[in-house]
Amino acid sequence: MDPVIELDNLEVRFGERPILKGLKASLTGRAIGLLGPNGAGKSTLINTLLGFHQPFSGTARVLGRDIRTHARAVRGLIGYMPENDSFLAQMSGVRYVRFMAELAGLPRRQALERAHEAFFYVGLGEVRYRALGTYSLGMKQAAKLAQAIAHGPKLLLLDEPTNGLDPPARARMIQLIQEIRDHGDLSLILSSHLLRDVEDCCDQVLILKDGKIAAFCNLEEERRSNRRFLELETRGESNGCFLEAIEKLGCETAPGAQGRLKLILPDGVEIRRLYELAAEQNVQIRRLNHRRDSLEDIFLKAMETPDGGL
Amino acid sequence: MAVYKKTYRPYEGESTPGWSRFLVIPRYAIEDLHRSRFLTVFFLASFLYPLFCALYIYIVHSTSMLQLLNLQAVSRAISIGTPFFMSLLGWQSMLALFLAAFIGPGQISPDLANNGLPLYLARPFSRSEYVLGKLSVLVILLSLMTWVPGLLLFTFQGYLEGWSWMMDNARIASGVFFGSWIWILVLTLLALALSAWVKWKPAAGALLFGVFFVAAGFGATVNNVERTKWGDLFNITSMVGSVWVALFGDPDRTGAVFFRVSRDSPIPQWCCYAMLAGLALLCLYMLARKIRGAEVVR
Repeated sequence: MDPVIELDNLEVRFGERPILKGLKASLTGRAIGLLGPNGAGKSTLINTLLGFHQPFSGTARVLGRDIRTHARAVRGLIGYMPENDSFLAQMSGVRYVRFMAELAGLPRRQALERAHEAFFYVGLGEVRYRALGTYSLGMKQAAKLAQAIAHGPKLLLLDEPTNGLDPPARARMIQLIQEIRDHGDLSLILSSHLLRDVEDCCDQVLILKDGKIAAFCNLEEERRSNRRFLELETRGESNGCFLEAIEKLGCETAPGAQGRLKLILPDGVEIRRLYELAAEQNVQIRRLNHRRDSLEDIFLKAMETPDGGL
Repeated sequence: MAVYKKTYRPYEGESTPGWSRFLVIPRYAIEDLHRSRFLTVFFLASFLYPLFCALYIYIVHSTSMLQLLNLQAVSRAISIGTPFFMSLLGWQSMLALFLAAFIGPGQISPDLANNGLPLYLARPFSRSEYVLGKLSVLVILLSLMTWVPGLLLFTFQGYLEGWSWMMDNARIASGVFFGSWIWILVLTLLALALSAWVKWKPAAGALLFGVFFVAAGFGATVNNVERTKWGDLFNITSMVGSVWVALFGDPDRTGAVFFRVSRDSPIPQWCCYAMLAGLALLCLYMLARKIRGAEVVR
């Protein structure tokens, strides 16, 4: 699969202060999460991909185009939803999106048509003729998403898209991002400090810390392996026999105290088989959990490493 | 796809050429300005003087109208030549200053106040194109007020007077054209630079007047106190007036309307050009400092 973003020893400095320190990675996912605490360099990385900051050394490629030599072409492929309030207050919603689409290169008629579509798509169809300055925070976030997708980009950069949203608005925004990811012919990069947002939307995660890559993981693979990683709590006289029986299935096991057991199911073995074995051995399975919060584990582990190295 | 099909789809149609995209900005800006009744009336009223001039040119060339209105004496007193066109340009340029003070501050400051710049610059649209787009809003309107009517009147006069008049007075046409452009560029760059640095629109408009009138007053004070002529270097209208006098090739004139030039020992031409170029460069530097996709905190 062709990489969406390639970071090639990318270093960015503000004056003498290094902000991104030699980033090197190849991101191929359809939805890539950028995680990190405040000041880790997430927004700087996005701004550098957009050409707002010049690399001090190294470079990056977006969909195969070098940001140093093809900055304009790179921006032509991108739809960007900024983190902060970012709008033109005196314009109506649909006029604002149309204006932005025309600046991105759409002819007038197509820009108007797509501005209306984008507004309906993000759920603001009824308020599209109202001035942007009168929108609520949630509506402004949706309008920012509309301007980012109206011109049909190949890569969508979303910087903290759920910032300041209440739970229903956040759920709607996440749902929209998932729909775009699943149905659109585009890749997306979601920068956030909210693990839940990234976990809900992304299949790859790049974790930054102090301007370095602290971790890079494929959430899809993690999820797949997590589905095979189980925690059991059992009751019964013949726990030992049950343990032997499931090891014969090919499971890796790690018994704990008071009937607790961690195991990894081999491919081809269904969970139903465990219940059958338990019934045969007269053992009760009181609790069966898939391992959860893997992203939180990965993130915390990455934050614990002293200098943020891979 | 119709709007009721609420799904995302990529755009696969044709794109506009990159060079023409800066023109989107003036198109939207002029549509917005058109909604202001005051600005529309002001803009239309600015054509009254050129219309009056056109009428005068027609009457002067119509014997029957001269006799009918009994204006033979007036037509002998006001000849259609360099003073006529310099007065027209001076008057129109003063109105252009007012229009720039009304419109200019609203060009960049709202984008900065609402953090709108990343939206422009995240597209295949450069900082230069942004500035060019904003400049062209003022350039288009101010051109329509200054050199466009000036050259139309010149052509009208040439049509009525004959080809030889046009050839003899070609310097008037070039004076109107280049003199207007110098004034327009000074005005637009100043208005945009102030708009980029002063986020409150009324303050930016007042500051634009301040740059012209307060600086001119300061220059006059320097001249009087120091008994020198170099205080005129603070007076932008005086410098533009000096350039106009040279462009129109009429050393006896002192400029037009409020573009008065000192008759006694005027400042050398190269100093005026250098100061105006320096002012333009300063404005461009101010714009370059402010027009950025992202603020850098060093």
